[in-house]
Amino acid sequence: MSNLFIPNPKEAESIHILREVAAQFERPVLLFSGGKDSITLVRLAQKAFFPAKIPFPLLHVDTGHNFPETIEFRDQLVKELGLELIVRNVQDSIDQGKVREEKGRYASRNTLQTTTLLDAIEEFKFDACIGGARRDEEKARAKERVFSVRDDFGQWDEKNQRPELFDMLNGKIHVGQNVRVFPISNWTELDVWEYIRTENIAIPSIYFAHKREVFFRDGLIWTANEHVYREAHEEVTEKWVRFRTVGDMTCTAAVLSEAKTLDDVVAEIRESTLSERGARIDDKRSEAAMESRKKVGYF
Amino acid sequence: MDIQGRKLIKIATAGSVDDGKSTLIGRLLYETNSLTTDKIEAIERNSRQRGYDYLDFSLATDGLVAEREQGITIDVAHIYFNTNKTNFIVADTPGHVEYTRNMVTGASTSQVAIILIDARKGVIEQTYRHFFISNLLRIGHVVVAINKMDLVDYNEDVFLKIKADFDALVAKSNFSEDQITFIPVSALKGENITRKSDHMPWYVGNTLLDHLEVLEPQDLQESAVARFPVQYVIRPKTEAYHDFRGFSGKLYGNSLQVGDQVTVLPSGNVSTIKGIHFFDQEIDAAAPGASVVITLEDEVDCSRGDMIVKVGEEPSSEKSISATLCQVNSKNLRVGQKYILQHGVNRVLAKVEQIESKIHADFSGTEETEQLKLNDIGKVQLRLSKPVHFDSYQTNKSNGAFILIDEGSFDTVSVGFIE
Repeated sequence: MSNLFIPNPKEAESIHILREVAAQFERPVLLFSGGKDSITLVRLAQKAFFPAKIPFPLLHVDTGHNFPETIEFRDQLVKELGLELIVRNVQDSIDQGKVREEKGRYASRNTLQTTTLLDAIEEFKFDACIGGARRDEEKARAKERVFSVRDDFGQWDEKNQRPELFDMLNGKIHVGQNVRVFPISNWTELDVWEYIRTENIAIPSIYFAHKREVFFRDGLIWTANEHVYREAHEEVTEKWVRFRTVGDMTCTAAVLSEAKTLDDVVAEIRESTLSERGARIDDKRSEAAMESRKKVGYF
Repeated sequence: MDIQGRKLIKIATAGSVDDGKSTLIGRLLYETNSLTTDKIEAIERNSRQRGYDYLDFSLATDGLVAEREQGITIDVAHIYFNTNKTNFIVADTPGHVEYTRNMVTGASTSQVAIILIDARKGVIEQTYRHFFISNLLRIGHVVVAINKMDLVDYNEDVFLKIKADFDALVAKSNFSEDQITFIPVSALKGENITRKSDHMPWYVGNTLLDHLEVLEPQDLQESAVARFPVQYVIRPKTEAYHDFRGFSGKLYGNSLQVGDQVTVLPSGNVSTIKGIHFFDQEIDAAAPGASVVITLEDEVDCSRGDMIVKVGEEPSSEKSISATLCQVNSKNLRVGQKYILQHGVNRVLAKVEQIESKIHADFSGTEETEQLKLNDIGKVQLRLSKPVHFDSYQTNKSNGAFILIDEGSFDTVSVGFIE
């Protein structure tokens, strides 16, 4: 047989999932953070529906504490691909008195995002929210379904999940419920990086080594910036760093790195002995931190 | 090939409580350098807090708070690791009697099952059940890991006795002997996991990891006929693609190529494959597993839930089917009840006409029953609102399985395997 196309099984699975979302739901949305996982999702969605456009909008819940490089990147991507982008701001939720800004040493807007997200789901009546979470990221996520049903309050009931058999996806839900969809559930961090390299996908510059004003606390490297609480004795220095995840500045630690190209980054990940979420300050709060946040509707 | 050009092997693990399944997986992760420094530190810290004088690798996989408190695994957890040659996905499924559904779930996406046996206890009722499910789901290969050999002085006679007991089970199954491999291990001590044990010179086979690496995914797949269930019709309606009407879906069973004569079901219309598209590439032929878009030469009626197959290879189309069901929800299944039946991406209504029998999941036969409860396996007759286009599960896994969805809760309540 001439030129037999052999699929990459993980990519084929993700495309299958994205098409099920488009077919089974009325108002899906892709939750876009500007991070490498959601950028990978955008590429997979392009592949799933080509030559048609991606049949759902992107939603970015902006904490106001994002790295400016991420926002620039987001706007550029949306323009190039002709995508629809919806932005909802955590600042608005704060101004409306729905959530209160955290104070002190570990203050972060990361947990506040949940309220803004749930409000946006209600506002637009989204019935499926596609996210870039992976099961290898964290222990509680290892048990997450591909189609994960949330109740009217956005809550996750981990003991009462629908079993997922073969690749049959059951997206039947009641009014008010919605489904969180994780098309790259089965990818590892290395898979994502290898894919970005193979596909030559553009990503925000902060994933590559750059000089940045930082300070050290609890063995982690924090960005020195007006949004990040810092005590007088915590000295600011300039270091060559990069980020392994792109979240809110207040909860995303940098790693020392000289990786300036995708090849360098992939080589560094292969060698790395610090797991990806190890550089996420929000998970350090307790061993059960992620599970507790997921139960109340965090992504 | 996987993303990194490695082969991809999917494994389900099964064992009773305390057989050391989580320890075995933790050990595999540790010895393939898949645990990062911060995870190892967390394991050391937790092991110390609990007063253990060894590293408790089970802590690497037991995810949910309830499990950490009770020290047991209660749901399917997915674990990822790789060697230079192979990417592995492990579906770690719990071993309680009441969690049969979890093993069915984990096994449904796996090519290999690892069944753990405690060397001190030998083949027990749970082992029967795990092997029964592996047989029912037609897993490609079973590894019987006889664990805790350190606690029986690495005695070969213990190993041989368990192997003989297990072979008696194999004789009752559809497996051939070359689909089953026995390995004596100690997960706690790391014997025969990735390192050949010095304590068991009588064992001449591969370590567990070496064995998993020599399995070839193509050998674990079956050759069947091509089935292309249509997921979503792609109509760009742009100037460049004004008349483009593509049928997207995932191809199962065998390859399809441009020029193939095909039948579209249920209409029965015949056409020819005009193009196969993957993103912006036009390809000549697609191998099974590919998520592609197919265009046809003729304007035929075709939408979601329809199926494209080669002419002469049409599947059965019936409104009445006979199937083996596994109940995966606590709501019982009774005669007369109606469900939504999902076969691949196609949905029809189904009514339970008859429950022929409940099948004992230990090869001991059947009994009559009025209803199927959670974790029960039974033989049923279903009547459908419209015909489905199926193959028997024995000849074509992907086109022979379905799920039943409760009309009220929309929960997935059963998984079925068509006769």
